[in-house]
Amino acid sequence: MARTVSTQRKAAVTVLAWVIGLLIFFPILWTVLTSFKTEGEAIANPPSFLFFDWTMENYTEVQERSNYLRHVVNSVAISFGSTLIGLIIAVPAAWAMAFSPTKRTKGILMWMLSTKMLPAVGVLMPIYLIFRDLGLLDTLIALIIVMTMVNLPIMVWMLYTYFKEIPADILEAARMDGAGLRQEIVYVLAPMAVPGIASTCLLNIILAWNEAFWSLNLTAASAAPLTAFIASYSSPEGLFWAKLSAASTMAIAPILVLGWFSQRQLVRGLTFGAVK
Amino acid sequence: MCHLRLSNVSKRFGTQEVIRDLDLSIEDGAFVVFVGPSGCGKSTLLRLIAGLEDASAGTIEIDDEDVTQLPPARRGLSMVFQSYALYPHMTVRANIAFPLRMAGLDKAAVDRKVTEAARVLNLTDYLSRKPRQLSGGQRQRVAIGRAIVREPKAFLFDEPLSNLDAALRVNMRLEISELHHQLGTTMIYVTHDQIEAMTMADTIVVLNKGVVEQVGSPMELYRRPANLFVAGFIGSPRMNFINGREAAKLGAEVIGVRPEHITLSPDGGTWRGEVGVAEHLGSDTFLHIKVDGVGQITARAPGEVDLRHGETISLTPEPGKMHLFGKTGEVIRTPEGVS
Repeated sequence: MARTVSTQRKAAVTVLAWVIGLLIFFPILWTVLTSFKTEGEAIANPPSFLFFDWTMENYTEVQERSNYLRHVVNSVAISFGSTLIGLIIAVPAAWAMAFSPTKRTKGILMWMLSTKMLPAVGVLMPIYLIFRDLGLLDTLIALIIVMTMVNLPIMVWMLYTYFKEIPADILEAARMDGAGLRQEIVYVLAPMAVPGIASTCLLNIILAWNEAFWSLNLTAASAAPLTAFIASYSSPEGLFWAKLSAASTMAIAPILVLGWFSQRQLVRGLTFGAVK
Repeated sequence: MCHLRLSNVSKRFGTQEVIRDLDLSIEDGAFVVFVGPSGCGKSTLLRLIAGLEDASAGTIEIDDEDVTQLPPARRGLSMVFQSYALYPHMTVRANIAFPLRMAGLDKAAVDRKVTEAARVLNLTDYLSRKPRQLSGGQRQRVAIGRAIVREPKAFLFDEPLSNLDAALRVNMRLEISELHHQLGTTMIYVTHDQIEAMTMADTIVVLNKGVVEQVGSPMELYRRPANLFVAGFIGSPRMNFINGREAAKLGAEVIGVRPEHITLSPDGGTWRGEVGVAEHLGSDTFLHIKVDGVGQITARAPGEVDLRHGETISLTPEPGKMHLFGKTGEVIRTPEGVS
């Protein structure tokens, strides 16, 4: 028998969901609002919420002080580059583990995931020294390599989960129908796995876009992505909240738009296999 | 033409031997059914023939060519899976056309063959639909259509009717048998359902624990089962087995008598027993009777018989229809003479 939920209970749950949603969204909203305030209003106590003199001067000044476009290009290169390379490695890895598992497959998957539990700072020194010796500090290649390695376990896991849901019978049917490995992947597996691959790509792009630790430690000027651009506004000469907020808004805007339009795909990707 | 020969074929998964040293020959145009209980190795055997599993030992020959090491696509066989295994993102037309596209046929030839297969299988009105928009029976027909268009040397069916309801299963059974008559192509069919095996096969291969127990026509297996396993597996309801004193009287370890070979009478007879459950099927009634000193016996009676729970009745096994088995379960005498 289906559970009946009373109207009051539904209303209470709805209100609670909205409150939690707004609480989570509030820092972003506050950042956006602060970006339109003067520096004085940004630190005013009590703070004004909506009734202040709206100004665009922070955005103008941020544009003048920094090369925003270059940071955007760097962020795009790092997030899309690492996703592409990650995909090239993760698809065959997940494929092999999903369709030709051995008794060690689960162990390998757990080991890969366990690397995510390692604090990044624990390997900062060796990675920094390796990249310094290779002359890769403050280069896009360095960040693309690091981002690929950092996010590879998640990519493999997500794709593995997706591929596991594809019945082996269908791939065997393709083999019986005369498909070689390439045709099996192109005509059968890829079209069936497109939603999974797309979700994996989206998540990886978002994770790489938002990553700050490695960006701050391995870049200085030429390869700095948007996360380093935000950090440059928390300068030694003092915090400029309004300009920092303007820089943050400009940095998060592209990924926020991407996330908004792809949220359905993302949720489906992240919950795939959990519910049928 | 397709003459298939398996010689000393074995298959091991780790330390477990699923198929043991198996020899089998299948003639061109035959409808062969592999039957046996779950885990007996029948699906594995089919997959070995298909090339979806590698044999651990032995050789598989198709038309005198050793195909043991050939990949599935190069064996010239088609397979229909239990789950249908249709490509969910393709239409019915694309599903049926897929093997032809893989074979590199031109568009006109593909269209002609798909249209013909759809006509034979009554799928013409569904060609533009996706598999999820079809019923179970239609999906199974699409899977068969995909197998037909390749014009294979032999068709392999892996429990293709298991996911269908009882009524549809009977229809599809007839359709597959009809298709075999139309095409005349060798068909190898795996099932655990002995009724499917009996009704469809020219030849039945009974498997048990990876070993062939007996090969023969349905009536051969019914009349002259080689051992206790085959005798118990073929026939529905299953054969009654009686051991102890009654068997010893006839110089056997076990006597086998089918429910349809027991005559019921109000008195007299060889044994007397008390009626338990009566299963009324309309045309027949199956009576489960408890016989002292013999055990539980199932007997077939006419459909209109009116015997109640607890009534006493006499049973007489037809003397010429008894199967006698020895100590190891091997038959020592069939109704038609000494084995």
